Amino acid sequence: MNFQKTLKATLLGASLAVIAATGASAKTLVYCSEGSPEGFDTALYTAGTTFDASSKPVYNRLVEFKRGTTEVLPGLAESWDVSEDGLEYTFNLRKGVKFHTTSFFTPTRDFNADDVVFSFERQLKKDNPWHEYTPGAAWEYFNGMSMPDLIKEIVKVDDYTVKFVLNRPEAPMIANLAMDFASILSAEYADQLEAAGTKEQLNQEPVGTGPFAFVGYQKDAVIRYEAFADYWNGKQPVDNLVFAITPDAAVRLQKLKAGECHVMPYPAPADVADIRDDSNLTLMEQQGLNVGYLAYNTKVAPFDKAEVRKALNHAINKQAILDAVFQGSGQAAKNPIPPTMWSYNDAIEDDDYNPDLAKEMLEAAGVSDLSMKIWAMPVQRPYNPNARRMAEVIQADFAKVGVNVEIVSYEWGEYLSRSKEVDRDGAVLLGWTGDNGDPDNFLAVLLGCDGVGGSNRAQWCDENFEALIQKAKTVTDKAERTKLYEEAQVVFKEQAPWATIAHSVVFMPMSSKVTGYVMDPLGGHWFDGVDIAE
Amino acid sequence: MFRFLFGRLGLLIPTFFGVTLVAFSFIRLLPGDPLDLLAGERGISPERKAQLLEQMGFDQPLWRQYIDYIAGIFQGDLGTSFASKKPVLDEFMTLFPATAELALCAIILAVCLGIPAGIYAAVKRGSIADQAVMGTALIGYSMPIFWWGLLLIILFSGILQWTPVSGRISLLYFFPQPTGFMLIDSLLSGEKGAFLSAVRHLILPSIVLATIPLAVIARQTRSAMLEVLGEDYVRTARAKGLPPRSVIGLHALRNALIPVVTTIGLQVGVLLAGAILTETIFSWPGIGKWLVDSISRRDYFVVQGGLLMIAGIIMLVNLIVDVLYGLINPRIRYN
Repeated sequence: MNFQKTLKATLLGASLAVIAATGASAKTLVYCSEGSPEGFDTALYTAGTTFDASSKPVYNRLVEFKRGTTEVLPGLAESWDVSEDGLEYTFNLRKGVKFHTTSFFTPTRDFNADDVVFSFERQLKKDNPWHEYTPGAAWEYFNGMSMPDLIKEIVKVDDYTVKFVLNRPEAPMIANLAMDFASILSAEYADQLEAAGTKEQLNQEPVGTGPFAFVGYQKDAVIRYEAFADYWNGKQPVDNLVFAITPDAAVRLQKLKAGECHVMPYPAPADVADIRDDSNLTLMEQQGLNVGYLAYNTKVAPFDKAEVRKALNHAINKQAILDAVFQGSGQAAKNPIPPTMWSYNDAIEDDDYNPDLAKEMLEAAGVSDLSMKIWAMPVQRPYNPNARRMAEVIQADFAKVGVNVEIVSYEWGEYLSRSKEVDRDGAVLLGWTGDNGDPDNFLAVLLGCDGVGGSNRAQWCDENFEALIQKAKTVTDKAERTKLYEEAQVVFKEQAPWATIAHSVVFMPMSSKVTGYVMDPLGGHWFDGVDIAE
Repeated sequence: MFRFLFGRLGLLIPTFFGVTLVAFSFIRLLPGDPLDLLAGERGISPERKAQLLEQMGFDQPLWRQYIDYIAGIFQGDLGTSFASKKPVLDEFMTLFPATAELALCAIILAVCLGIPAGIYAAVKRGSIADQAVMGTALIGYSMPIFWWGLLLIILFSGILQWTPVSGRISLLYFFPQPTGFMLIDSLLSGEKGAFLSAVRHLILPSIVLATIPLAVIARQTRSAMLEVLGEDYVRTARAKGLPPRSVIGLHALRNALIPVVTTIGLQVGVLLAGAILTETIFSWPGIGKWLVDSISRRDYFVVQGGLLMIAGIIMLVNLIVDVLYGLINPRIRYN
């Protein structure tokens, strides 16, 4: 039965694609993606590769990030009001928004409040029939952003008005709703699948209101979309979008050079110079919204003393790390948030590289013959391309001030788990890539008291810092929030729970025929508004 | 013959249980668990983790999980992937034809080139030609697949532009794939140029995957031929005045093929292992890459199910080889 349905859908999809491909003026944009999506119901997943293939082309959210920024703009909600106590967010929905008509679903109505309620309640309510519709449905991003504790209820006021009632004021709420897990699905499509007993199709054949409609997916090979002619924000310049899944970076580059794809992500650092020199290619670059750091365990002596942590920070030669590890694709970090984020405090002075001063400070703190461990991640991450190498550079730097370092590492899952332990032995190399462009997403998650024993790897709970970031959560005025976060960064710098190491630069090579591509500071890949020159 | 066959089949039962046990315990012995990896840097609270472990059935004792796993196998249920939320068996059936097609082409290439090269080297023993064939085979055997694949892509796809860089067929073609074998499906589609495109996409990955088996087969054929060529009956055949082609083709080769067939059977395991790297380089949507991704995600059911299916295929191929061996050499089946 399922096979027959799939075959039928594929056949219909195939005919559409063939028509599009053979049409005289059909334009197909090919993106050599780095991996396969895990599925197409965005809220079930946490990986950027999955978001690129699902939420970005297929879906919209109530609010959207303005292209290339973290500024939030109206999306499926035309406007919104926040109550004075910050507990009620009322969204006025856009009228006349169509869902995709595909070979597997024909909508009979436009987007309305039912779709919003459906999209969130399935994640929020355990008794919702869609809460466990597929094995292992964990809604991990929704939970990770503490939405179940935050949202009290979602009320449909009328067909085009929805109200989110919160348990506590939360200033980043609007930015949270622009994230991928907040994508809006069709409740009508879900009802149809439920009636047919094929709920799992929701994760395999997506229907949204986004710029591209899903056509078909050949596992681990190709994903096909077509531009949605009735898209509320205007039809796309290209007719078809194809993701050619190409896991190896060197092969992606060869495909780009051979004209088999137009855009590729994540080039190998060693290929960047070659790409820059190729006249047929364009290399876009942008500072990533990330930070790589070394987190001391502030609960364990002698790292419980701020002056010891500060002294060690003076012993780290960041320029040597940028040269050896980032090979020109990084920038020294002085704050726990990246410079592209609002409220970044540029007035703060970094702890300069000064081994003599570091030695003096350690002596003054009564620390001698210090031996410590540095944890090096076993994997490459956007904020740290080679943690082992980075640890070695720091090991050499610390040796110069009389600190003996042992480098340790664990398998990645084990590393993430063990590094959370409050009595952990050693300083941990780790980092963070922003989710929603809000400073709270860095400062509260990584350095807040709630994160001790969890995502706060420094196990640092500072009264003054906590008071500032908690206050910033409840204030809706951006200027006031900015001031609070700037102050919080001053406290952070004085207390030095981390050595902030670097913010990396992200590269995006593409054919020089591609126009209109805008890099996303949050690391996603968007193809709305992208065209190919004839 | 039936006794021989049943004997071989009987051996499969303990092997099957051995494989299930190894596949089940192997992934669980690795440090790290899927939930920590899923949560990433953000982390997951102990309460939430316990809740999800219960939801996935991982809160049960290991013996209980193993029994559930075995019971599932007998009902045709290999579990569901954490990542894709799809049944493991469905995923395997979707991806396996791509690996099988590539492996079949590679083994055909390896046999068609390896056996004649081995025979030629044996006949010309000690000559420059022999040295050249065996030297090339040694280089082929030692070649790191990743490097070899990239080298071929850069030369043939990048510089000469004779072959496509990667994938199974040009993106222009999009048709249903009822068999999963692109060569067959492209023919069935009736689309002009589709079959040729599928063939062109198969060339480089087949060469890369065939390289090691080809080298092994060539070396094995040479040494088996050399042994047989020194036998009395070959000398007798020559003394009778049979033409060299008949001596080698009829009398020597048939006997020399016995160890070669065994070697070819053993190469199936090598091919599946090589497929992991070859599929990654050539963006070939097969089971090799699927399994590697699943191991790094600790996707328990995929790893267990995938390994079991692969082991099953290897066992089946070995059974066929054993039967063939019996057909070629009657003494084996009567022993």
